[in-house]
Amino acid sequence: MATNKPAEEPILSVKDLKIDFRTFAGPVHAIRDVSFDLKKGETLAIVGESGSGKSVTVRSIMGLLANNAHIASGQIMFHDADILKKTKRQLNAMRGNDIAMIFQDPMTSLDPTMPIGKQVAEPLRLHTNISEKKALAEAVRVLKLVGIQDAQERLKDYPHQFSGGQRQRIVIAIAIINHPQILLADEPTTALDVTIQAQIIHLLKEIQEKIDTSIIFITHDLGVVAGIADRVAVMYAGKIIEYGTVDEIFYNAQHPYTWGLLEAMPTLETNSDRLYAIPGTPPDLLDPPKGDAFAPRNPFAMQIDLEQQPPFFQVSPTHAAATWLLYPGAPKVELPPEIKRRRQIWETQFAGKEAE
Amino acid sequence: MVKYVLKRIGYLLLTLFIVASITFFLMKLLPGTPFNNPKIPAAQIAILRKQYGLDLPVWQQYLNYMVGIAHGDFGESYQFAGQTVSYLISTRIGPSLQLGVQAMIIGTLLGILLGAIAAIRKNTWVDATATIFAIIGRSIPNFVFAALLQFWLAYKWRLFPIALWDGFSSSILPTLALAMAPLANTARFMRTEMVDVLSSDYIELAKSKGESQWQVVAKHAMRNSMIPIVTIIGPMAVDLMLGSLVVENVFAIPGIGQQFVQSITTNDYPVIMGLTMLYSVMLTVVILIVDILYGFIDPRIRLSGEGN
Repeated sequence: MATNKPAEEPILSVKDLKIDFRTFAGPVHAIRDVSFDLKKGETLAIVGESGSGKSVTVRSIMGLLANNAHIASGQIMFHDADILKKTKRQLNAMRGNDIAMIFQDPMTSLDPTMPIGKQVAEPLRLHTNISEKKALAEAVRVLKLVGIQDAQERLKDYPHQFSGGQRQRIVIAIAIINHPQILLADEPTTALDVTIQAQIIHLLKEIQEKIDTSIIFITHDLGVVAGIADRVAVMYAGKIIEYGTVDEIFYNAQHPYTWGLLEAMPTLETNSDRLYAIPGTPPDLLDPPKGDAFAPRNPFAMQIDLEQQPPFFQVSPTHAAATWLLYPGAPKVELPPEIKRRRQIWETQFAGKEAE
Repeated sequence: MVKYVLKRIGYLLLTLFIVASITFFLMKLLPGTPFNNPKIPAAQIAILRKQYGLDLPVWQQYLNYMVGIAHGDFGESYQFAGQTVSYLISTRIGPSLQLGVQAMIIGTLLGILLGAIAAIRKNTWVDATATIFAIIGRSIPNFVFAALLQFWLAYKWRLFPIALWDGFSSSILPTLALAMAPLANTARFMRTEMVDVLSSDYIELAKSKGESQWQVVAKHAMRNSMIPIVTIIGPMAVDLMLGSLVVENVFAIPGIGQQFVQSITTNDYPVIMGLTMLYSVMLTVVILIVDILYGFIDPRIRLSGEGN
């Protein structure tokens, strides 16, 4: 599963992004200094719990932030242009053409009063001068590609005549009809049941190969990540706290929050009756904590975690984590059993490979 | 679809029968009699009562009346001897209908537009202005508008005839006065609905396709916002088409509104009955049309209707 893609220039580069939301209670610091790169053809998963800033991050890439959002600083570079500096018109030309988005809830993300053929053909009609007839023919082709086999006969059907899984396929068809360079998938499987989830993930992988696109895949479910991502970024309280390849995150995680997520994920080895849950709640981003935002919920927290924000410590060229545990002088901690088990796998299976 | 419409027409007839029955008995409970002019001698009143069948037992009157209606005969007015109810209504419904239809079209179209603009520019001065406008339109009675329009547009600036029913130009001012309420109503409903629709997932998806704000509104938001508007349009239309007594009076228009009030104050039973039935027929038919119209706007409803 390790990524074998050659290192190239990133297609998308988010730098020092800070976004606040103006509320009656004051500014909510939803995104606090987020940076990451997306390479051509890769899938980056952004993982975190609700309110960690995953959705806000992708919406800022789309230029689809709510009206009360305020971009305090940062850049989002896409082909040498800063998306945050684009005009409305430039953004419209980009959306659905260069960058497209797949939404979370297929039950509500299609217009209930418009036939699906027209909805799928719409991005094509918007961004090219193609005729309605040709656009619909292309819609049929794309719908077949995403697995709606009787697409020709069903062009005039309305969304309510399709099942949830089919609707998500239609939403994906809308996103890919213009062969975008980047697909932003905002929890595209969360609202679906597990068997359909697997199908949709498989479909996304298939499409990625066919149209050669990069994907940012947002989820709160680490289990889903293994099946789709090349790299993972873990977000907590508006910050990325750890990033690395899938294997690095699954088997050699360094941040206690990532440990918590891994422990909370059921595996075949899980034999306890109860699933682990990370205690406590995320911090209030109206007044973010001074130190590591995860410290109050972190059983391994040290005094410095409460006082000073940890910088990123590089674990490998592709892997870094923002935790004081990686500080050279930090005490060794006794790892939770599940993490210990994963480290063992890491040492036997992957560590040697990395050295080669 | 045909089956569904036939079924609905069946219900419609049943509704009308019940309305006719209830109105008939309620009217019998009204105090006073149609012939209460003290100058008419008692013997003559007895003759009149006999002539109109009012001396019969109530159930007999009811039966006669229902048989009449079934044949399309609504009887003769007590007040205007020799004039049938159908004739009385048909001569006066025209202006009321015309004003109603005109006011309806102007009111709903402008209302939808105003509401949509307010929603798109939510929480700006545009929204605030539209809201104030809607509140004014809703809370000030239409005869005040009628008088203001008369004073400024007809008397001061001499743009339109001040009153009377004489060609299209004389219908403009009463139409405007009547249109205020439906305009304000529609605008308020439209704003609420549109704000709701604009925050829905499919609008975000439409934006993510690269549609501009106006494209999103025109292609997706308008149609979805109008579904509930159709519901209020029906009854509003009937209300308007049956005339407004006060506005008709202000502009001296020979409409049906005046007739209705007159018939009640004089216990002119057949005319009251006739107008009530007309109102009921129009309301039920409009509701039927609205329900069918729903299907054209909202495909989810069309299909469940076909399933029946």
